[in-house]
Amino acid sequence: MTNPVTIAQEGRSAGPPGAAPSAAAVPDPATTDSTDVADVAIASTALTKRFRGGQVAVDAVDLAVPPGAVYGFLGPNGSGKTTTIRMLLGLVAPTAGSATLLGRGMPAAGRTVLPRVGALIEGPAFHPYLSGRANLARLDAADRTADPRTARHRIDAALARVGLGNAAGKRYRQYSLGMKQRLGLAGALLQPRDLLVLDEPTNGLDPQGTREVRTLIRELASDGTTVFVSSHLLAEIDQICSHVGIMSRGRLVLQGPLAELRGEQDAVLTLQTSAVPPAVDILRGLGLTVTEAGGDVVRAAAETAGAPAVQDVAVALVAAGVPILGLALTRPTLEELFVALTGEGFDVAR
Amino acid sequence: MSLADPTVDTISDHDLARPDPGRRGRSGFGRLLRSEVRLVFGRRRNQILLTVLGLVPLIIGTAVRLSNDGGSGDGPPFLNQITDNGLFLVFTALVVSLPLFLPLAVAIVSGDALAGEANLGTLRYLLTVPVSRSRLLVAKWLGSAAFAASAVGTVVLVGLVTGIALFPVGRVTLLSGTSVALSEGLVRGVGVGCLVVISLLGLVTIGLFVSSLTEVPVAAMATTVVIAVISAVLDGLPQVKVLHPYLLTHHWYDFDQLLRLSPDTGLLLTGVGVQLAYIAIFGAAAWSRFTTADVSA
Repeated sequence: MTNPVTIAQEGRSAGPPGAAPSAAAVPDPATTDSTDVADVAIASTALTKRFRGGQVAVDAVDLAVPPGAVYGFLGPNGSGKTTTIRMLLGLVAPTAGSATLLGRGMPAAGRTVLPRVGALIEGPAFHPYLSGRANLARLDAADRTADPRTARHRIDAALARVGLGNAAGKRYRQYSLGMKQRLGLAGALLQPRDLLVLDEPTNGLDPQGTREVRTLIRELASDGTTVFVSSHLLAEIDQICSHVGIMSRGRLVLQGPLAELRGEQDAVLTLQTSAVPPAVDILRGLGLTVTEAGGDVVRAAAETAGAPAVQDVAVALVAAGVPILGLALTRPTLEELFVALTGEGFDVAR
Repeated sequence: MSLADPTVDTISDHDLARPDPGRRGRSGFGRLLRSEVRLVFGRRRNQILLTVLGLVPLIIGTAVRLSNDGGSGDGPPFLNQITDNGLFLVFTALVVSLPLFLPLAVAIVSGDALAGEANLGTLRYLLTVPVSRSRLLVAKWLGSAAFAASAVGTVVLVGLVTGIALFPVGRVTLLSGTSVALSEGLVRGVGVGCLVVISLLGLVTIGLFVSSLTEVPVAAMATTVVIAVISAVLDGLPQVKVLHPYLLTHHWYDFDQLLRLSPDTGLLLTGVGVQLAYIAIFGAAAWSRFTTADVSA
């Protein structure tokens, strides 16, 4: 029980090839080091962090985040997401492996790359006795690439963009959790960025705030900014991501374009009927594998190849006089995908 | 206003202000340093520390004035000279503040410098701005040193104003018995202040090093104070006389040399040299620690 990838593949007769990170997109950091235009926004090769106690927090992670993507970096609490992000940003030195941001090797190129990267790392952090505006001014003053003449304007624009315009003069300690989170986002938006690394950006936000953050991320992405967003809430990310990477116990167990990963998962046909036994016979007759039959529900694996379309199933059922109370074709959610891959729940890993 | 308010005109402005790495070198450091100094002096706790230090000469001066008695040799050095010349209030106040108040003020600010940012989590955001770790360390040292200088400056200034207000001020009788003009006395007073500031810089550096070891600011502050106290204790033990010349606090009270007609400059330079040695050693240790440590807070 050491390698979730292996378990996932053995546990499924037709394991998805996407379970292995798509190697084609991973560049060699040595060759991309000098190029200015990156063909990957984030890449890592066998990135590993072993803490002093011997615990392996991140285990040979090969990330490949294409430019312009909204990459959902998913995994339960404790699966190594934040440590990976800290290594990408040069805060923590990897035990082994390497990483590039915007095509430049980290942490060596941090001086030139990080000004183009906005980050929210493991929650917002500011000086409690300074106002929101003063806190952003402090961050801006620390940025050698920032123009002090435009500082006031950029700070106000960032505050307005996250909806903190009216609370800018309030001390940070008086902010609610949601306001703190917004100020953290404002800090990441002080400059135009090519890449945003957002660790749990919706933490502490109410449903309205969560929606706003999602809209903001979509907006930024439509401007061409690559967004790398981590979350332990799968459903939250499901809706905005073009790509996902799923972490479990320090390993990247799955990575790729979301549509592709979804497509590889078997769709499930769910039929609600008052006549289960005849329905089962008909579905089998149509070449479907019935996975569950009981009560008034029949489920069948609707294989993409050779399976009849839903409307054909409906026609066949009606023709046979089976009453249809409900008929749906569903693809698994990210959470179900995760469970299928790792054979475990999406809970705290250790 | 919502997060996604389309009426906010940000995109075009952002395009105008494209970051340009490497464009601004030195002025960028000046801005960081100003921000650091503002952070240190804007903090209520640090303002209170300076206020308390200002109270030291105020209380001593008032007590001496009310009792109208310079004492008969008891009490801290220079105390019985105050009634003759208010300028000596400055020196008395410095001697009274040096064992605890000044080291405490210095330890609180320098011990907090890195550990405080780590504790709040602001360190990870500063480093991803990015600020190079060496630059941040230098800015933190300069900020703490500026605070140490202001702490001494507060004692000197309040001492001077109180002394002038409450006592006669005129020609200054030096410890060697000679009397010099008030102007020369004032210059010597400023020299004393500078010497005391220099003698605190070793402790500033130690505080910064300790601060780089932990994410708990109180631990760093306490450790730094304890180091100063241990040094003073060892300095008072004749059994470890061999250590004395190397102790952080051994030369702290040598500033009275400046109140003699012919100061022992060799002794003063040795004191400065010891501080420079502490700055070099603990500065290097802080640099080596801070530039390599994982920031996981």
